[in-house]
Amino acid sequence: MTSAATVGDLVSQPYKYGFVTDIETEKIAKGLSEDVVRLISAKKEEPAFLLDFRLRAYRQWLQMEEPDWAAIGHPSIDYQNIIYYAAPKQQVKKASLDEVDPKLLETFEKLGIPLSEQKRLSNVAVDAVFDSVSIATTYKEKLAEHGVIFCSISEAVKDHAELIERYLGSVVPSNDNYFSALNSAVFSDGSFVFIPRGVTCPMDLSTYFRINSGDTGQFERTLIVAEEGASVSYLEGCTAPMFDTNQLHAAVVELIVLEDASIKYSTVQNWYAGDEKGVGGIYNFVTKRGHCRGDRSHISWTQVETGSAITWKYPSCVLQGADSVGEFYSVALTNNRQQADTGSKMIHVGPRTRSTIVSKGISAGHSSNSYRGLVQMGPKAVGARNYSQCDSMLIGDQAAANTYPYIRSQQPDASIEHEASTCRISADQLFYLQSRGIGFEEAVSMMVSGFCRDVFNQLPLEFAAEADKLLALKLEGSVG
Amino acid sequence: MIRPDAPVLLEICDLRASVEEQPILKGVNLTIRAGEIHAVMGRNGSGKSTLSKVLAGHPAYRVTAGSVHYRGEDLLALLPEQRARIGLFLGFQYPVEIPGVSNLEFLRVATNARRQEQGLEELDTFAFEDLVRERLKVVQMDPAFLERSVNEGFSGGEKKRNEILQMALLDPLVAILDETDSGLDIDALRIVAGGVNQLASAANATLLITHYQRLLDVITPDYVHVMAAGQILRTGGKELALELEESGYDWVDAELERLEASAPEGLAAAQASRTPAEVG
Ligand SMILES: Nc1ncnc2c1ncn2[C@@H]1O[C@H](COP(=O)(O)OP(=O)(O)OP(=O)(O)O)[C@@H](O)[C@H]1O
Ligand SMILES: [Mg+2]
Repeated sequence: MTSAATVGDLVSQPYKYGFVTDIETEKIAKGLSEDVVRLISAKKEEPAFLLDFRLRAYRQWLQMEEPDWAAIGHPSIDYQNIIYYAAPKQQVKKASLDEVDPKLLETFEKLGIPLSEQKRLSNVAVDAVFDSVSIATTYKEKLAEHGVIFCSISEAVKDHAELIERYLGSVVPSNDNYFSALNSAVFSDGSFVFIPRGVTCPMDLSTYFRINSGDTGQFERTLIVAEEGASVSYLEGCTAPMFDTNQLHAAVVELIVLEDASIKYSTVQNWYAGDEKGVGGIYNFVTKRGHCRGDRSHISWTQVETGSAITWKYPSCVLQGADSVGEFYSVALTNNRQQADTGSKMIHVGPRTRSTIVSKGISAGHSSNSYRGLVQMGPKAVGARNYSQCDSMLIGDQAAANTYPYIRSQQPDASIEHEASTCRISADQLFYLQSRGIGFEEAVSMMVSGFCRDVFNQLPLEFAAEADKLLALKLEGSVG
Repeated sequence: MIRPDAPVLLEICDLRASVEEQPILKGVNLTIRAGEIHAVMGRNGSGKSTLSKVLAGHPAYRVTAGSVHYRGEDLLALLPEQRARIGLFLGFQYPVEIPGVSNLEFLRVATNARRQEQGLEELDTFAFEDLVRERLKVVQMDPAFLERSVNEGFSGGEKKRNEILQMALLDPLVAILDETDSGLDIDALRIVAGGVNQLASAANATLLITHYQRLLDVITPDYVHVMAAGQILRTGGKELALELEESGYDWVDAELERLEASAPEGLAAAQASRTPAEVG
């Protein structure tokens, strides 16, 4: 590159995780019907209450319509052209990792998630989900010593049916929205975490979601319960191969925290985003909600959203317990033709509840990035407080950023504070850094990480460095 | 200090450059040797900042003809960051603010990029803090500025001091200072000029872009160049600046007209590119 060339000439870094694992899978036929719902439930040998839960959700879904209020656009999704269940043909979940298909272990290793006894991460327990099923969970025994349950939701349905029956759908009712209804009808796998009273989980827990099949929908379901005084930090990572068709991903995550308990939930989302023309990529419609049931309970959502063609996601907190705390820290980056409509809902029910929203949107290329958030103060939320800060950074002059903050208050003695700003990475700023010997990429990454610092500070350490690199990578070639 | 045998650091030959297809530089010639201090003066809009940015490699400007050699090397073939690493420094007329990027961290990364090129060891946070505290004295700057974001909320004068601090850290061979004096109060002018004098040596060179004699009272130039319509119209010693202070730039129009008459093919281009203010 000569000095006359613009930085836009830098080649975009290809998506690193775009490979497909060649493995025999068992798939059911395309399409959705009551029979398909029954089939999924039968394949998973589920108890009757769960089949009923699914069927009720399916019927609700039939009555509902796809929401159209988000600032996103896409060709209509043909729900009959999706496969609702796909699993690698290793029949039963293996008792030991040695029995897991080596191809699967290899796949996760390639993704930076070694699972084998010798190589696994030393401070994090991992549940690895491949298409519709969980293939392995590490450190289960060690966690069990502390009374912590960490397993796939399918296993939990078998081994801890009473907990699932009590908590599943108690935070996000199946008819909450179109996608939660769909998920409740056909959900495949995901993680279940239960931290008993008084226990601080001895290590971070993490689920890694991998989509492999091209025509399969992903409908994970995650449920985390922290009993009185318990606490856990949970991380979620996701990648998918590059296909030129769009895949639907509609997950539901429910968090329940009782008195004095806390859950810190961090996500680094790196689903395939489609190419620079907007072909392919994941449609990510996710419902994440936490319920602070007990007094002084605490939920913190931290998300770094860099992938997906479309992101529709509003991790929320229902702050019911007195003095409970909800937090939402988000970095959403869109490039090329990506669209993100994301934010948070903080529903203050109890007195003196507090919430913080820090949202950083970065839009580059022709992408569109919207923050949409709701802060609601109920009639009993005396002395409740919210602070929201929504900052947008524009890179180039083709990208769009919007902020839609909604505020509803039925409590005069509650305070709501909202700040918003928009900035642009200008060619002059980059030139300034370059003229001091700092390379282009490092210059972009310095500016972007500076912008995201408040959020990155919330991430577990190893994730923060990862997130930093990921953003730099995603932005390569986007500033012209 | 003029030494005819000193090595040439920067050699600009017939440099022409455009912005958005509009020619701004129309054949600049300039040779700078080690140890020299050059001053470039000229009316607003004559192309002084453009020259400095073209030399530093700003992507908005397109070089259409001519050459620039930096210690014999083709400068124009290098990326802006490479130019900086080998010792070219531009003190900006309008330093930009970079929110969120810590000034200290920025200075450290920049200094290390230059040091690596010089074959010096990389400085860790602690070693760098020691160095920066020492260099702060050159510009008598409050260490509190290190904790802030790059130039964010700095006053005009503080930004200029931050530029000289960077110069003091980067140890350039050719420093171009674009109106570093404007916006400075009397004390700050003395401090900044003192800093520039302190950093000048027989091995490096300085190109000062300025409108005012008061800077040249403190930093004595070896050469003074007058820029007009994208060219260096006249070159002289330090007395040329005094002359300009006395009689202004009126002579420039006559001179330009004479040039245009002698080179009719350049006339249209020269006319078209002049702003109404310049013409009027
Ligand atoms: N990026 C740009 N886009 C459009 N025009 C430009 C750009 N940069 C410079 N110019 C034009 O080029 C001409 C020279 O500008 P330049 O900034 O080099 O002048 P200068 O000599 O530094 O003036 P001053 O003394 O006011 O700082 C002006 O007419 C200016 O408007
Ligand atoms: Mg200027």
